Amino acid sequence: MRITQGAFSYLPELTDEEITSQLDYALGHGWAVSVEFTDDPHPRNNYWDMWGLPMFDLLDAAGVLHEINACRQAYPDRYIRVCAYDSRHPRQTVALSFLVNRPAQEPGFRLDRQEAAGRHLRYTIHSYALDRPAGTRYSPP
Amino acid sequence: MTRQGFALPRQGQDQDPAAPQPLADDETVDLTAERSGAGVDEILDSLESDLVGLAPVKTRVREIAALLLVDRVRGRFGLSAGPPSLHMCFTGNPGTGKTTVALRMAELLHRLGYLRRGHVVSVTRDDLVGQYVGHTAPKTRDAVNRAMGGVLFIDEAYYLYRAENERDYGQESIEILLQYMENHRADLVVIMAGYADRMETFFASNPGMSSRIAHHLEFPDYSLDELAAIGELMLRAQRYRLSAEAQATFRDYLARRMTQPRFANARSVRNALERARLRHANRLAAATAPCGKDDLMRLEPADFLASRVFGG
Repeated sequence: MRITQGAFSYLPELTDEEITSQLDYALGHGWAVSVEFTDDPHPRNNYWDMWGLPMFDLLDAAGVLHEINACRQAYPDRYIRVCAYDSRHPRQTVALSFLVNRPAQEPGFRLDRQEAAGRHLRYTIHSYALDRPAGTRYSPP
Repeated sequence: MTRQGFALPRQGQDQDPAAPQPLADDETVDLTAERSGAGVDEILDSLESDLVGLAPVKTRVREIAALLLVDRVRGRFGLSAGPPSLHMCFTGNPGTGKTTVALRMAELLHRLGYLRRGHVVSVTRDDLVGQYVGHTAPKTRDAVNRAMGGVLFIDEAYYLYRAENERDYGQESIEILLQYMENHRADLVVIMAGYADRMETFFASNPGMSSRIAHHLEFPDYSLDELAAIGELMLRAQRYRLSAEAQATFRDYLARRMTQPRFANARSVRNALERARLRHANRLAAATAPCGKDDLMRLEPADFLASRVFGG
């Protein structure tokens, strides 16, 4: 199952040129760009690991692309995303975020039903990848 | 295992329809028009008029400009040779204009389309080398990433390498720099600056660095005439002028100052003029006679003669 998260996720995978144009757009607005990765793709997982600190004072996208490629090399089988944070006063939030890498195999999610009091049903989604310990979720040892 | 599309060129997009066709073999290109189109002449002319002396540096800058221009025209014929390596090393005594030329160089490379942005990120050892294990690499990478698309200007680069301490983190910084200089030639120009003799030692202990720097520019010391001309230029920029007698005094001052220790070429000239301005202001403030525009602009011999250069 192909996971769709962040901007552009229904489009074909972005090429490096397209990523560069998006980064140029973000940097042109003065947003601080950062690279993050994870092997827990639950949509409510906010705590992705940071690949280095957010890159402040950057003017050119080549630096970010270098970090993306370094991260891809270190974690070829994880989800990697780029976040662009707008620090200006009223906004102060992530303005743009999109995936730049995904594992080759994505097992997807199953739906769990939990019976609660009074014949209530609680639904939750569960990533098949999470059945394996962290670090081996997308690359079996 | 296959990567799913990211970083791969899209199918059917290999050829950009908007890309211009290469020119036919028998066509010709007007290089003069190409020069003026890029605004190169403006920069070269301003280099010529704003900077006194430095003949070898100006020649080399012209050569680099010509190379990039010809490279661009070659590209239009489909004769691309890959981006040339433009990492540079500026050696010279203090105050010979290394930083100024680096700024002009960035602007020039930007106009010629070699650099995408043409900004200058000026760093020293403190900005590149960390204080504990694992601190150096992120620091250096951060500085280099900030300079992407422009010029990374490393002042007094020889401090990066400390021969007496083999566990110094400077070596790590140098290795990362080398890696970037090799792999990001199209994104980054590294300019190192420093005194000639120490730079020589630095390159002797880092042969990899020396071989990756294609252009070694020597900044010669200024002659007395050149220093006087630099002084005139600085004064004109600040809307001052020397009276006829003060011109002779100023030359005399420079001739004496040049023989003294810690003489820093143009920087010493600037400091001398700053002090002359102080004395000039003091003289006017103490005078009782009304002063006109000319008095406010004119520096007199007395403003220089009070200096301790004449004192002993």
